[in-house]
Amino acid sequence: MNPILRYEWGMIDQKTIQQIAKLSRLEVNDDQAQLFSEQMSIVLNYFEQISKVQTIGVEPMITPTEIENFWRDDLVVKENSSEDMLNNAPARTGNLFKVPPVVG
Amino acid sequence: MSSATQTAFMKSLQQRGYEAVIGLEIHVQLKTQSKMFCADSTQFDAADNENTSPVSVGMPGTLPVVNKLAIEYSIKTGLALGCQIRSKSVFSRKNYFYPDLPKGYQISQYDLPICEKGKISFVVDGYEKTVGITRAHMEEDAGKSNHHGDCTLLNYNRAGIPLLEVVSEPDIRTPTEAAEYVRTIRQIARYLDVCDGNLEEGSLRCDCNVSVRKIGAPEFGTKVEIKNINSFRFVEKAIEYEIERQIDFVDRGEKIIQETRLYDPDKNRTFSMRKKEDAQDYRYFPDPDLQPIIVTAEMIQKLKSELPELPRARAERFKKEHGLPEHDAAVLTNEKELADYYEATAAVCKNHKASSNWIMTDVLRELNQAQKNILQCPIKAFDLGNLIQMIDGNTISGKIAKTVFVEMWKTGDAPDKIVKEKGLTQITDNSAIEKIIDDVLAQSAPQVADYRSGKTKLFGFFVGAVMKATKGQANPDLVNKLLQDKLNG
Repeated sequence: MNPILRYEWGMIDQKTIQQIAKLSRLEVNDDQAQLFSEQMSIVLNYFEQISKVQTIGVEPMITPTEIENFWRDDLVVKENSSEDMLNNAPARTGNLFKVPPVVG
Repeated sequence: MSSATQTAFMKSLQQRGYEAVIGLEIHVQLKTQSKMFCADSTQFDAADNENTSPVSVGMPGTLPVVNKLAIEYSIKTGLALGCQIRSKSVFSRKNYFYPDLPKGYQISQYDLPICEKGKISFVVDGYEKTVGITRAHMEEDAGKSNHHGDCTLLNYNRAGIPLLEVVSEPDIRTPTEAAEYVRTIRQIARYLDVCDGNLEEGSLRCDCNVSVRKIGAPEFGTKVEIKNINSFRFVEKAIEYEIERQIDFVDRGEKIIQETRLYDPDKNRTFSMRKKEDAQDYRYFPDPDLQPIIVTAEMIQKLKSELPELPRARAERFKKEHGLPEHDAAVLTNEKELADYYEATAAVCKNHKASSNWIMTDVLRELNQAQKNILQCPIKAFDLGNLIQMIDGNTISGKIAKTVFVEMWKTGDAPDKIVKEKGLTQITDNSAIEKIIDDVLAQSAPQVADYRSGKTKLFGFFVGAVMKATKGQANPDLVNKLLQDKLNG
């Protein structure tokens, strides 16, 4: 059997799915929540294998390349006009980006 | 809040058997020319989306590059707050879905902040208060969203401006202590010249965590976070309102809910913004686009050597070495530029107390009226020092000096020029004053007779008449002495 399909049901319940959907500002109905909970449990369970690896005493890796600090000096460089920046925007009002209403 | 109302508030709190526990998070906007992770300008009043680039609007494939000065400013602030500077600190992504940061996350620091474990002390209502600093971490600011009914409009000029978030321990117990703590952080940031400290423009922003508990209770109560506070007065008022609201709740047997509340200064109340159930799950993780920040001992040493004398140390020096009273020392060191002005004045005239008096009364009064700061003062410290020297050297009287001061304020001219042009030099010549006294006495024969028959209170009348006749230019000590001689002799 494919190891991907060895999962435990219900690791991510529908309530968790609804909470994630809310934070992502997505609408999810009950059927979808059931489906996603099953699918996400499979994905999560697959990654669960990582937690079996012995990591005591291993320092967390922040980045794979341990190079010296790469910092820039505090200098202003202007390469784009606000017009350039807004060119790709699907909607705008004046020189402001326009998005669907969000509150809170 | 005056210290009397503060005392009344604390008394009522104690009578009800409660104490408040307060911790503050202050966002210090660092005064760099360019943003934290890209070269956009940070200029405050730029046109809409003028200060943006592919990095600050979160275009795919862009990469952040750290601004060295923002790191130096953060370290300096940390050192001034008595913090330990981490030799290796890490940027993390704080994930949330909101269009004010179009990347979908804010670059911040999480478990490995650059500064931690500091403390600051300040004087409040005559006692010394020490507040622990849990941490100070770097992060980028978000854009500004403007909500309309059918849409939200976004300006990303602010997105990516460097911030240092200073988090206090829950050591604060009163609204006044909280406001004084914010003032102290602001003062230090301004002394370091890392932040302009403008609460109204948002270059200093403050969130307050407030809880209440029965006096002596070992555990903290449930805390409520208050956001949207943009003045020192509102820090006090918002916390005061929140403390009373929470005590009323607990007294009624209700439970405080962990939530975020907004302060409305017009109504002087807080109202719920979001409950804990709605709280974000930020899913922090180290940002793979950025290297850890490595700070060497040499770098810390160099920045330490660049720190200016901090306000409390400076006030202590003014007290010890200049003999100034506590109040003078505190007022003069409030702003670095004012303390500089005072020191420059005193360096010229070598009279510390007189310099302090002139600045605290005359200069500050005029600045207040004209709504100017000390850098905009039309009278240079050098000239004020000279004015004081002219009084001390008996060139002009203290009274005339006030007139000269007004003229200096109006014209920005040097005091000796004004004195010369207006002929205000003090008359210190005995014979000249004697002659004027003779004239005055001759014209006031009845008063002279009254005086000699015992109405000695009239002495002041003669002094006034002589000063008037000399347009205030006669040396008052000489006038007194010579008048005594003439009237009694």
